[in-house]
Amino acid sequence: MSTQQQEPEEAPETDPEAAEVPPESHEMKAQSSPQQARLQRKQDGLAARERAADETELEGDTVHIKVFRYDPEVEAKQEPRFDDFYVPYTRGMTVLDALIYARDEFDPSLTFRHSCRQAICGSDAFFVNGSQRLGCKTQLSELSQPVRIEPLPHQEVVKDLVVDMEHFYDQMHSVEPYFQQEDLPAGELAEQRQTRENREKVKMSTRCIWCAACMSSCNIAAGDNQYLGPAAINKAYRFAMDEREDEEIKEHRLRIIEQEHGVWRCQTQFSCTEVCPKDIPLTEHIQELKREAVKKNLKFW
Amino acid sequence: MYEHDVIVVGAGGAGLRAAIAAHEAGADVAMVTKLHPVRSHTGAAEGGINAALREGDDWELHAYDTMKGSDYLGDAPAIETLAKDAPKDTITLEHWGMPFSREEDGTVSQRPFGGLSFPRTTYAGAETGHHLLHVLYEQVVKRGIQVYDEWYVMNLAVSDEPDPNDRTCHGVVAYDVQSGAVEGFKANRGVILATGGPGQAFDHTTNAVSCTGDGHAIAYRAGVPLEDMEFVQFHPTTLPSTGVLISEGVRGEGGILYNNEGERFMFEHGYANNAGELASRDVVSRAELTEVNEGRGVEDEYVHLDMRHLGAERIVDRLENILHLAEDFEGVDGLVEPMPVKPGQHYEMGGIETDENGETCITGLYAAGECACVSVHGANRLGGNALPELVVFGKRAGYHAAGKDLGEAQIETGYREGVEEEDMELPIAPGETGLAETGDDAVADGGQLADTDGVLEGAVETERKRVEYLMERDEGIQHAEIRSKLQQAMTADVNVFRNEDGIKRALRVIRECREEYRDVYVADPSRTFNTDLQMTYETRNLIDVAETIALGALVRNEFRGAHWRQENQIRDDENWLKHTLISWNGGKPSIWYRPVILEGEDKTYEPKIRSY
Repeated sequence: MSTQQQEPEEAPETDPEAAEVPPESHEMKAQSSPQQARLQRKQDGLAARERAADETELEGDTVHIKVFRYDPEVEAKQEPRFDDFYVPYTRGMTVLDALIYARDEFDPSLTFRHSCRQAICGSDAFFVNGSQRLGCKTQLSELSQPVRIEPLPHQEVVKDLVVDMEHFYDQMHSVEPYFQQEDLPAGELAEQRQTRENREKVKMSTRCIWCAACMSSCNIAAGDNQYLGPAAINKAYRFAMDEREDEEIKEHRLRIIEQEHGVWRCQTQFSCTEVCPKDIPLTEHIQELKREAVKKNLKFW
Repeated sequence: MYEHDVIVVGAGGAGLRAAIAAHEAGADVAMVTKLHPVRSHTGAAEGGINAALREGDDWELHAYDTMKGSDYLGDAPAIETLAKDAPKDTITLEHWGMPFSREEDGTVSQRPFGGLSFPRTTYAGAETGHHLLHVLYEQVVKRGIQVYDEWYVMNLAVSDEPDPNDRTCHGVVAYDVQSGAVEGFKANRGVILATGGPGQAFDHTTNAVSCTGDGHAIAYRAGVPLEDMEFVQFHPTTLPSTGVLISEGVRGEGGILYNNEGERFMFEHGYANNAGELASRDVVSRAELTEVNEGRGVEDEYVHLDMRHLGAERIVDRLENILHLAEDFEGVDGLVEPMPVKPGQHYEMGGIETDENGETCITGLYAAGECACVSVHGANRLGGNALPELVVFGKRAGYHAAGKDLGEAQIETGYREGVEEEDMELPIAPGETGLAETGDDAVADGGQLADTDGVLEGAVETERKRVEYLMERDEGIQHAEIRSKLQQAMTADVNVFRNEDGIKRALRVIRECREEYRDVYVADPSRTFNTDLQMTYETRNLIDVAETIALGALVRNEFRGAHWRQENQIRDDENWLKHTLISWNGGKPSIWYRPVILEGEDKTYEPKIRSY
C-alpha cells in the first residue's frame, strides 16, 4: 500500500491535515527568502520551547501520540489504522524518544527506523502533525496533542513507519554522485587546492543526510515518479559547484540535471527547503543550476 | 545462497574502505549490512583525522604521541603502520572529493587535538565523519560494488576444528530485515567484520542504537579472542540528557571547562597543568567526575564547557554543527551560554584480535575499525585516531582478503600453548547458557560437515531453527527489559571509576541477564521488518560483549589509560605491560595474556609517565 494518494478517502484515516499540501502557504514564502523564513520559524519554535520549559506544563504529564500502523502480513494490521499511546513526559523528550518508549513498554511490534539519535544518520524522517520532520530532533513540547506520527507520504509503506527507500536511493545514484576528477596533482601526498570561498559555496549542499524528507514534501515528485527530486539535484549541485572538478565534468553534470525530469520540473514551491532538517537551501540550489544550464546554452525543455 | 569472493559485514568507514580496497585488488566484493551505508555511525564522528602531512611533523611523532596516549598498551607495529599509512590514505580521501576545511592557500586545514605534539588533525568542520562516510559510499557507488543493505548478519560460517587457529571462515548467515528470509552468503576468499562499537552495552553513550557489538560477539563465539575489552573510553564532553557528543574540536579551538564555582578546574585543581582542557580524554573525564563527586558539579551532575570567548564568527566557521547539537538536544545556545557536559561511553579500545593486516586467528576472517583490536589505541585512544584507523586498516584488510601481498605481519594472533593464563576465581561462571531447547551453545554454531558448503548450510539451518524457536514462543521475557538491566549495571559499576566489588556486582547482573535470556521471546509475529527479532539477537551479543568488558576490568588490577582501579591507582608496568585476551572456548571463557610489543621498526618505546 502507499500513502501516495492525495484523496482523503484513500488516506488511512480521515485526516484533512495529512492530505493537505505540507506546511505554510505560498504567499508567506514569497515575502522573504526561505532561509530567513525558516530561521524565523526556528526562533519561534525556540521561544515556544522556552515557554513550555518555563511553565513546565508537560512535566509529569503523559503525552498522547497517535501512530500509524500497517503490516501486510498481520491480519489485524492489514487495514491501516492509528494506535494511541500515552507516554510519560520527561523534559527534552523527542518524538523518537516517545516512539522508543511506546515500543519498549507497550508494543514490541511497533516498527520504525532509527539509529544515531542526533540527526546525522537520516533514518527517522516521519510525517509528524502534517509535516516531514526527523523524530530525533523534534521536541514533543513544540507539538500540539495528540501528536500524529505517520510514515513519509509519497513512498510505499513497508510496515508501520517504515517506508521503501529504494526509489529515493535510485534517484540519488542517477546523478553520478561521486567525484570524477581524474587529472590529479602528481604524487600520492599532493593535494588538490580548493579556495575557502568555494568550500563555503558547496558546504550546505554537503550536509545532506539522505533522510528523504524533501522528496516526500515535494508535489512535483509526487506527480512525476521520474523527477530527480530535491536531494538528488542538491547532490549534483555539490559536485557541479566544486571547483576541483573541471569544466568538462561540470557540463556533463549539467546535462544530467537539465533532462526532462530534472531541474526544470521544479516549480519553486520551497516545500523541500522548509522541511530540510539540515537547513540546506535546496530550492536556491535548484534555481542556481537552472541558471548555470542557461549560461552554458544547454538545450532545455 | 549468495556467493562472492569477499564479504564485508558492516558499511561504516572501515567496511566501505575495505570494500573499495578489495575491489581495487580485483575481488568480487559485496557488503552485507544491517543499516544502509549512509546511516552508519561513522557519520557521527566530528573531530578529524590525524595524519602527519606538514613540514615540522612526521609519522614518527604521530607514532610516539599514539604510543604515549595508549599508556604503552598499543603494539608498536600496529601504531607505526597507522602513522605511516595515514598521510597518503588521508590525501586519497581528498582526491575522492572530501570537503575538508581549507587554509588561505587552499590546502587542507589541520588543528590541535588532545595528546598531540603537532596540530595534525585534518578536519571538515565539526562533521568530519559525515563527510568521510559519504565520500567512501560515493566511491562504492562509483565502482558498482554490491550492497545488501538492511540484511542483519546473525552468525559466521566457521568450521569446527578443536583449535580455533585451525578453523576457516566460509561465509556468513544473514537475515533480510525487509522479508525475514534467512540466507547464506558464501565468501570464497574472506569475511571482513566492520561492525563498529558495542556502546549499547552502556546506558549513557554517544553511540548509535545500532552499535551492539555484533561483530565482536560472533567472532568471539567462533573462537577469536577478544582483546583488551576493559579499555572503554568515556568521552568527557557529552550532553547530559542524551549522550550526544560535543566534539573535542571545541577544546581544540580553545573551549574552556568550568566547575560550579567558575574555576577552570583542569588547571586550578591540578589535573593537567600543561595541557589543561586538551589533556587525554580519560584524564579529563576523571577530572570532571571528581569535580562532581567533590560537590563542585553543576546540579551535582555535570560541568560547563564554554566557547563564547572564541567569538561568533570563529564558532560558526569551525564549530557550527556544535551549535545545532547543543540547541536541538539540550536547548542551549552555545553563543550566549556555556554548554553542560559530562562523561559518556564513547569508544571501545579493545576488540577482535587482529594483526596489522586485519587478519584474525581464523583463516579467512578479518576485522577492521572499532570492532577490531590491532592494537593501535591500547589503553586509551587519542582524539582523531579513530578515523585514520578506519581508512588504514580497512584498506589493509580489504587488500589482504582479496589476496594482495602486504608482507608478513609482526603481530601474532590466537591462543598458543604456554601463554600466561589467569587463574583468578570468578564470582560467576561466565559464558553461554544457551537457549533452552535449541541446544546450540556449540562452538562454531555450524558445520559438522567438512566441506565448505556443508559448513555454510549447517550454519544457515541453525539460525533458521533459532528464529523459529524465538518466534514460536508466545510468552517469556522481552529483550528490552534484559538490555536495559544490562546497560544500567554496566554504567553503574564498570564506568569511569571501578572497584572489585562493583565489577563483581555487574558480573552477577550479567549472569542474571543470561539466565533471563533463556526465556526471551519475540512478540512481533510478522516476518516483515521485524525489529523485535533483530534486537533480540543484538541483546544476546551485548550480553557476551559486556561480560568480556567486566571480566577484563576485574582481572586488571591497575590504573592504565581509561581503566582506573580503586585498589591499585598506579600504572603497574612490572605486572601489566600485557594485553588481556578472553577466549570463548565453546561457551566456557578463559582469560590469558600476551606481552605488549614495544619494539618498533627502528626503536623501542620506553614506557614513560603519561603526563600532559
